[in-house]
Amino acid sequence: MSKVKVAILGSGNIGTDLMYKILKNDGSMELSLVAGIDPESEGLHRAREAGVGSSHEGIKDILADPDIKIVFDATSAKAHIQAAEQLREAGKMAIDLTPAAVGPYLVPPVNLNEHIEARNVNMVSCAGQATTPLVHAVSRVVPVHYAEMIATVASRAIGPGTRQNVDEFTRTTANSLVKVGGATTARAIPVFNPAEPPITMANTVYVAINEKDFDFDAIKKSINDITKDVSEYVPGYRLRTEPIIDYRDTPWGRLPVVVIMNEVEGAGDFFPKYAGNLDIMTASARKVGELYASHFLQKEEVQR
Amino acid sequence: MSIPRLTDTTLRDGSHAISYSFTTEQVKEIVRGLDEAGVPVIEVSHGAGLNGSTIQQGFSKTPEFRLIKAAVETAKQAKIASLFVPGIGTSEQLREAVAIGIKAIRVAVHCTEADVTEQYIRLAKELDIEAVGFLMMSHTQPAEVLARQAKLMESYGADCVYVVDSAGALVPQDVRERVSALKDALSIDVGFHAHNNLGLAIGNTVAAIEAGADQVDGTVRALGAGAGNAPTEAIVATLNKMGIDTGISLAGLMDLSEEVVAPIMPGPIVIDRDNLASGYAGVYNSFLLHVKKAAEQFDLHPTDIMEELGKRQAIAGQEDWILDVALELVEKKKGIQSIK
Repeated sequence: MSKVKVAILGSGNIGTDLMYKILKNDGSMELSLVAGIDPESEGLHRAREAGVGSSHEGIKDILADPDIKIVFDATSAKAHIQAAEQLREAGKMAIDLTPAAVGPYLVPPVNLNEHIEARNVNMVSCAGQATTPLVHAVSRVVPVHYAEMIATVASRAIGPGTRQNVDEFTRTTANSLVKVGGATTARAIPVFNPAEPPITMANTVYVAINEKDFDFDAIKKSINDITKDVSEYVPGYRLRTEPIIDYRDTPWGRLPVVVIMNEVEGAGDFFPKYAGNLDIMTASARKVGELYASHFLQKEEVQR
Repeated sequence: MSIPRLTDTTLRDGSHAISYSFTTEQVKEIVRGLDEAGVPVIEVSHGAGLNGSTIQQGFSKTPEFRLIKAAVETAKQAKIASLFVPGIGTSEQLREAVAIGIKAIRVAVHCTEADVTEQYIRLAKELDIEAVGFLMMSHTQPAEVLARQAKLMESYGADCVYVVDSAGALVPQDVRERVSALKDALSIDVGFHAHNNLGLAIGNTVAAIEAGADQVDGTVRALGAGAGNAPTEAIVATLNKMGIDTGISLAGLMDLSEEVVAPIMPGPIVIDRDNLASGYAGVYNSFLLHVKKAAEQFDLHPTDIMEELGKRQAIAGQEDWILDVALELVEKKKGIQSIK
């Protein structure tokens, strides 16, 4: 079977974990290059060790290889804005793991098909990947008036980029709950907990419904279904308990609120298992890459 | 001993105790009383800080910016401050509160996460208001860790850093160590915020002042989350006895407590079983009403929920874990019953 050549731009922790995930899962992608800027970096060292091509000249070698069709960008928002332009001109598809959001938000079980021809897609945020599907699971059954999510993450699994810009994290995640999840309005609140041993990523999603009649069994089934969909590409993604209905006082009156408690345990590919927040980013990006790669191969097939 | 600056946070911490139901009239009356008595700083916001109205915490009955505006318009000499928790609040609300007229922001994070405050302390200084770092749940870390975290806040431009005993779990010796460590490490002010779970709010506040604290917090009639805080009027009375003249009118505060604040309270705040269990387990004080509700809903003992939250090392903002713990305890109970 032919494969699509892909590359990872950025040899930091996210890039490295993504590399292992692509290598571990045999599919339509062939990882041909990991590009960083420091030849002595652990990520590039590990790429060489794994027999993957490596470059310390940033995006240069990626652009030079016309066979590379898909590029995962695991650098920074600032770097991606420049890279996005170069990749577009070179005719390469970009999967953006930074907060730059040049392209539309992509959450695999929700809106992948809507953007199947997109040339640049954004992976939102860890909490966005974890909770947008859950809000969508409710909104496809009954209109969602307001969604709120609390993401509790081990302090050790939060890098300096997020720490210096919590505003961006909350804004991006809440936007995703609205634009992709289907809520009318939304809030996203992160909590960084330094407990030892480190806690596994835990998300609580409150979904307020402003309808008199709704079928809770259908909502529960929808949530269970989507949890299964996500767990196919993020094996440690699960519900902590069955969703419950709780009545809460809100500015819109006393409303039924679906409370969904979720946890995300990482696969332990490169990150420790508690860092489910990082794992879900790389696992989702791999899933998206895989789908674009097979879509690409299908199109090639048709053209022949 | 220098004269500590007193911040009254009845209209912020106290909002937890009355489920965020302060009205503009109540805010005006309380601010007037505090302002006339000579209290220099008055904190007003949702209990969880600006933008704290959520399903998780509970929504303000009156939009908080309306309450802050009422406070700003009423105060003649006092500075109005707000609390700000990164992630709950964003720069947008901080800017809006400054536009309304707050003159100080207290940026609160769990006491190991100071680097998260940089964005907001810097913004506060840019907007030309006072910035105070608030190290919550200070009982969970030793003095030297707190001092390092406080130092970070100082480097971002903070004017003061507080040791915050959110769970009311510190004893005077602990307070002395922590405040002294910050005093040694910093060249800016050091503050202390007490809760009364162990009956030590005033004692700990005195210990903090003896260790050099430049700023301390109180709430009128102890109206604060959980077991409440050091009563502002009792702090003033104690300082008077110690020969430290704050210039604040004790009589004015006592009248405010009796005539204005008492009628607002659902009942007196006492160290009952739940409050003591909470402090003893080291659980954040604003969890109290949520724990009580869950215990009632699922027929559980509140102390059991508090103990489990303490074991799990829950921190500020994790009220969602109360439900998680309650459901787990229900499952355990079922298991035990089926064995029987």
